[in-house]
Amino acid sequence: MNIHEYQAKELFSSFGIPIPEGRVATTPAAAEKIATELASPVVIKAQIHAGGRGKAGGVKRAASPEAARAAAAELLGRTLVTHQTGPAGKIVHKVLVERVAAVKTEIYLGITIDRTQRVPVIMASPAGGMEIEQIADESPDKIFKEWIHPEIGLRPFQAYRLALKLGLDAAETRAVAQVITALHRVFVDKDCLLVETNPLIIDNNGAALALDAKINFDDNGLFRHPDIVALRDPAEEDPLESAARKSNLNYVKLHGNVGCLVNGAGLAMATMDLIKLAGAEPANFLDVGGGANEDMIEQGFSLLLSDPDVNAVFINIFGGILRCDILARGIVAAVSRRSVDVPVIVRLEGTNVEQGREILDRSGLHFQRANDLAEAAALIARAVQEVAQ
Amino acid sequence: MSILVDENTRVLVQGITGREGRFHTEQMLAYGTKIVAGVTPGKGGQQVAGVPVFDTVAQAVAETSPTAAMVFVPPRFAADAILEAADGSIKLVICLTEGIPVHDMVQVRRYLDIHAVKLIGPNTPGVISPGKAKLGLMAGYIHQPGPVGVMSRSGTLNYEAVHQLSQRGIGQSTCVGIGGDPIIGLSFTDILELFAADDQTKAVVLIGEIGGNAEEEAARYIGAGFPKPVVAFIAGRTAPPGRRMGHAGAIVTGASGTADAKIAALETAGVKVVPSPADIGAAVAAVM
Repeated sequence: MNIHEYQAKELFSSFGIPIPEGRVATTPAAAEKIATELASPVVIKAQIHAGGRGKAGGVKRAASPEAARAAAAELLGRTLVTHQTGPAGKIVHKVLVERVAAVKTEIYLGITIDRTQRVPVIMASPAGGMEIEQIADESPDKIFKEWIHPEIGLRPFQAYRLALKLGLDAAETRAVAQVITALHRVFVDKDCLLVETNPLIIDNNGAALALDAKINFDDNGLFRHPDIVALRDPAEEDPLESAARKSNLNYVKLHGNVGCLVNGAGLAMATMDLIKLAGAEPANFLDVGGGANEDMIEQGFSLLLSDPDVNAVFINIFGGILRCDILARGIVAAVSRRSVDVPVIVRLEGTNVEQGREILDRSGLHFQRANDLAEAAALIARAVQEVAQ
Repeated sequence: MSILVDENTRVLVQGITGREGRFHTEQMLAYGTKIVAGVTPGKGGQQVAGVPVFDTVAQAVAETSPTAAMVFVPPRFAADAILEAADGSIKLVICLTEGIPVHDMVQVRRYLDIHAVKLIGPNTPGVISPGKAKLGLMAGYIHQPGPVGVMSRSGTLNYEAVHQLSQRGIGQSTCVGIGGDPIIGLSFTDILELFAADDQTKAVVLIGEIGGNAEEEAARYIGAGFPKPVVAFIAGRTAPPGRRMGHAGAIVTGASGTADAKIAALETAGVKVVPSPADIGAAVAAVM
């Protein structure tokens, strides 16, 4: 789960990490009022769940409260397209209005799980402001790391050793080491997958200040953190994805037009690949999971049919825990409630496959049966060609 | 031979009185798996399908000497269950639970390494040595005994590969789901080491997916002289970066974890990588 920059900064602040003075606004008038109260030049930052906002024009400076109002008016309600939003972009509903800081030095700090070492890793770089992937590509020698042993946690000597590599003076090094220690506490206490501040700056007075904040939480750990769950912003989620989450379906909207319903994440990805190899594009990732019941299948199938981009559907089930007869009943229930006017291709295999096929055959649903994946690929290719004509 | 589990494996089922634990205990017993005990706190003294239930792993170990534990415990208690099995000196733990917090697994994995406990999973369909023992959720009937070792991060894609093999009359030595989470126990490389030493295994199928670098590590190991032919498929070539595809581990972040990088690494190591999941069976038949 992701949260907004302003929410991440509030969390940082509650762990003792210094952040610029500022508040969030939803109207131009509110932005003007905040700028007036700060009595300083401000920066207006669009609040969307995506990186690359600066390059996309989502961050503006304003020298006066009037200019802050104008900048906020320009951003609020606008659709921002960054390299992380996809071509559809995201609508800006909130802006963060902050006091402009006098930047002396920019630093990158981030913590994530190192899957190879299987422990958290803290990364620091003096090349702050650039994205970490870009630093890794262009100057890997400028990324410094400390691995954290979970039995003993982050030790002070490690935080200091890491900060010392950034080429700062003694007081600045101590300030950055304190931020590193606090960031690690956020990471562990809140079950995070990623905690990042880029840039952390040293200002003209030698103080450290987190100018940006990004946190990604482990969905599997959210049961321990009702305070974090409360930060969820429904406006940032695709409506189809929200509906899917409520039904316990694993759904990701994509940009193609062949909808697919599959059990198991690996098979679902492989099915997307199969669709692509057949010359089409998948409209979604949908894993109904191992323990799906009839209702979930019905809702999953309805979800695909309610997507206006979908003009063919491929159902690919390898029954294991999920029995084919249950799958078939769910499909029949969905079809009884709405008309199906796109071609449907079904591939069933595994537990109770004969019963499943029989239920579908008697359902009155017009569908094409594929006996294996190769046959399914051929049928998808044909269906897509027919739709195109 | 086969690897990890066989007809002599004595199994302890943790969470045996839950819906999943009970159902799969019955299924595994029907397959011929030797299940000697179950554990559910507060349910000691009961029986499930004739299997005695204990309150703690320590009691079950003292009474029944299990050699492997299976964890069917809900996510928020699963880390504790794995640690309890390790504390009971059980040296093989198979954790099927999906949705364990990754920070829990960081701690669990360190403890298991220190105590030389092998973990399969979490978030795995388990392990089956066809005709000998099934310690997992997979449908037993799609498997048949034979010469091919199968390992994958995904459950149903593992079934798909096995089905394509069995349809062609090619059986399997052992099929291992290593799990779909970012932090797991045995990796592809660990399983390859076991397959290398196993007489029954003549070829290996590796089913990978986007995210992490387990496939790249396996490629390095294979390239350094793995003695048996390997066929691979990598799922997720069409998955967009930054979006998690179901499995907690299946996410492309930045330039790392892409399908293309994994495929290139495997091909360099001499692995036959099939572009379509429909071609796994045919590719194995070609190398046998």
